[in-house]
Amino acid sequence: MPRNFLVATFLDADHLLGAVRAARSKNFRIYDVYAPYPIHHLDEAMEIRRTRLPWITLAAGIFGLVSGLLLQFYTAILDWPLNVGGKPDNSTLAFLPISFELTVLFGGLATVAAFFLRARLFPGKRECLVARGVTNDAFALVLRKRDASFDARLAYSVLQESGAAAIEERVIEL
Amino acid sequence: MSDSRVTNATATGFQYLPPPRWVDGKPSLHQITDEILEPLERRPGKGWWICFSVAFAGLLNLAGMVIYLVANGIGVWGLNNSVGWAFDITNFVFWVGIGHAGTLISAVLLLFRQQWRTSINRSAEAMTIFAVMCAGLFPAIHLGRPWDAFFIFPYPNQRGPVWPNFRSPLVWDVVAISTYLTISLVFWYLGMIPDLATLRDRTKAGIKKQMLGVISLGWNGSHRTWARYEIVSLVLAGLATPLVLSVHSIVSMDFATSLLPGWHTTIFPPYFVAGAIYSGFGMVLTLLIITRQTMHLERYITVRHLDKMAKVSMFTGMIVSYAYATEFFSAWYAGNLYERFHFINRAAGPYAWCFYLMVLGNVITPQLLWWKSLRSNVAALFIISVLINVGMWFERFVIIVVSLHRAFLPSGWGMFYPTMIDVGILVGSFGLFFTCFLLFIRFLPMIAMWEIKGVVEQAKQPAAFTSDEGGLSETVHA
Repeated sequence: MPRNFLVATFLDADHLLGAVRAARSKNFRIYDVYAPYPIHHLDEAMEIRRTRLPWITLAAGIFGLVSGLLLQFYTAILDWPLNVGGKPDNSTLAFLPISFELTVLFGGLATVAAFFLRARLFPGKRECLVARGVTNDAFALVLRKRDASFDARLAYSVLQESGAAAIEERVIEL
Repeated sequence: MSDSRVTNATATGFQYLPPPRWVDGKPSLHQITDEILEPLERRPGKGWWICFSVAFAGLLNLAGMVIYLVANGIGVWGLNNSVGWAFDITNFVFWVGIGHAGTLISAVLLLFRQQWRTSINRSAEAMTIFAVMCAGLFPAIHLGRPWDAFFIFPYPNQRGPVWPNFRSPLVWDVVAISTYLTISLVFWYLGMIPDLATLRDRTKAGIKKQMLGVISLGWNGSHRTWARYEIVSLVLAGLATPLVLSVHSIVSMDFATSLLPGWHTTIFPPYFVAGAIYSGFGMVLTLLIITRQTMHLERYITVRHLDKMAKVSMFTGMIVSYAYATEFFSAWYAGNLYERFHFINRAAGPYAWCFYLMVLGNVITPQLLWWKSLRSNVAALFIISVLINVGMWFERFVIIVVSLHRAFLPSGWGMFYPTMIDVGILVGSFGLFFTCFLLFIRFLPMIAMWEIKGVVEQAKQPAAFTSDEGGLSETVHA
C-alpha cells in the first residue's frame, strides 16, 4: 500500500549522518536511510536494534550438528553395523568431521535464508528506489508522514539546515 | 606516502595514524561505479577475446577427453597396479588448494578487518568457486563409473540398506567439499547483490535489466537491510573460516589415515592448509595481475595490494618449507626403515626431478619475496606466481605418485608415465577454470564497489587508530 513519505536527498554521507542525528534530536522517527554502502555509525545514529539473525545461525547450526550425529549413529550403529578394518561400530570421533560440516552448512544456509525473509528480498521483487542514484552515489533520508503527530514544517527546516540537496514529498510503496 | 599521513604521536607511545589509502587518487563515488563497471559496459577488447579463445579451446578439449575417458574407462590414463592414483588426485588436491586463498581473503581478512581485501575479495571468491568446480570434476571421473557417484550419499536403498562408511575420510571429503562449494557460492552471491543492483539501475530497459532485476532481489540500499547484511556477512565469514581449515585438513586425511610411507604422518593437516593458502595466493596473484593489466584497474588493484599478497605467499611458503624439513627430519629420527627409504627415494629416486621442481617453487621462490623491489615489480611477481603454481602442483604429484610407486614390497614397485589423456585433462581443467573466470570478469562486477566506496569514504576521515603498517615507518616520534 503506497504511503506518504518525506524524502531528503544528500550528496555525501557526512551531511546525511548529521541530518539523522538532528532529526533524532527533534524526536523524528527515521523511517529508513538509503545509501550505496553501509555508513559507519549510522546504526547508532538511527538507533537500530542489533539484528537477532545470529540466533538463527546458532539454532540451525545445532540442528545440523545433532542431525549429523544422529544420522551417523543410526546408520553405523543401529541400522546396519559394518565391520570395516575392525574399527568399533561407535567410532564417535570419526563422526565429527561430517557433523562439523553439517553444522556449518545448515547454519550458513539458514542465516542467509532468514536474512532474505527478514529483509524481504526475493527474486523478481520490483525494486523501489526512493531517489535517483541511491545505489550509486546518492544518499536519502526518509521520514514517514503520519497525519496527526508529524510536524512537516519542523521536519523541512531540520533537513534543510542539515544540508539536504533536495526535499520532496512522495507517495510510494516502500 | 607523504608526511600528511602522520597526524599525532602521544606521549604514551600510541600513534594515531590516518587510515591507509587502498585506492589511488580520490575518486568520487560516481567515478568508482563508472570505472569498475566500464569493462562490463563496453565490448571486450582484443586481449580478452584472445584469452577467452584459448581458454574455451581448453574447455572443449576437456569435454572431448572426459567423454573419451568415460567411454573407455580409466585404463586410458597411465595408472597401473602400483600407482592407482596419479594425475587425477594430484589435480584434485591442486585445485581444492587454489580455492583456499579466496576464502582466506574474503572471510579471514574480513574478520581481521583488513581493508586491502576489498579490491580483491570478489575475484578471489570467484576463483574459489571455479577452482572447487575443477576440483570436483576429478573425483567424479576417477571413479570410472561416474554414474554411480550417488552411492556416496546416505539414502535408503535395497542393498541392506548399506550405508556409506562414515569412518572413511573419502566420505568426509565429499561432504566437506560440497559444503565448501555451497557456502562459498552463497557468500559470493550475497556479497554481489548490492553491486548487481547498482548495475541494474544503470542499465537501460531490456532483457539485461530484467535479468539483473531478478538476481538483485529488489535491493534498494535500505540501511535497515545494510545493518543486517553486515552482520550476516560477519556470521558467514565466521562460519567459513573454520570451514576452510577443515576442508584441506580433511583432504590431507585421505592420505594421512593410510599406512603408506610418505602419507602416514600427523603433520599433514596443517601442512596441507598452509600449502593450500600458498598455492591459492599464487593463483590470485596470477589472475589479478592479468586482470589489472587487461581491464585497466590499476587504481583499485594497486602495487600495495600485490605487495600484501606477496607477503602472505612468502609467509605460507616458509611454513610449507618448514613442513618439508620436518618430514625429512622425522623420517631420519624415527628410524622407520620404510619411511627413511621413502624420503631417500623422494630426493634421489627416479622422480627426483619432480622433487627439485617442488623445492624450486616452494622453498626457493618464496625467499625471493624478501626484496621489496621484487614485491613491487609486477612482471617479477607474475613470474614468481607462476613458479608457485608449478611448484605446488609438483608437491601434490610428489606426495601422491612418489609415495605409491615404491611402497613396502619391491615386487610391487612400478613407474607411472602420464598418457596424452592425463595431460589433456589437466590442461583442460585450466581451460574450464579460465573460461569461467573470463566470463566472470566480463559479465559481473569483479570488484566489490560498495566495499570500495566504504573504504574510500572512511579514508577521508581525519584520523583513526590503525594497526596497519601503512605509515609506521614515516611516523614522527614526538
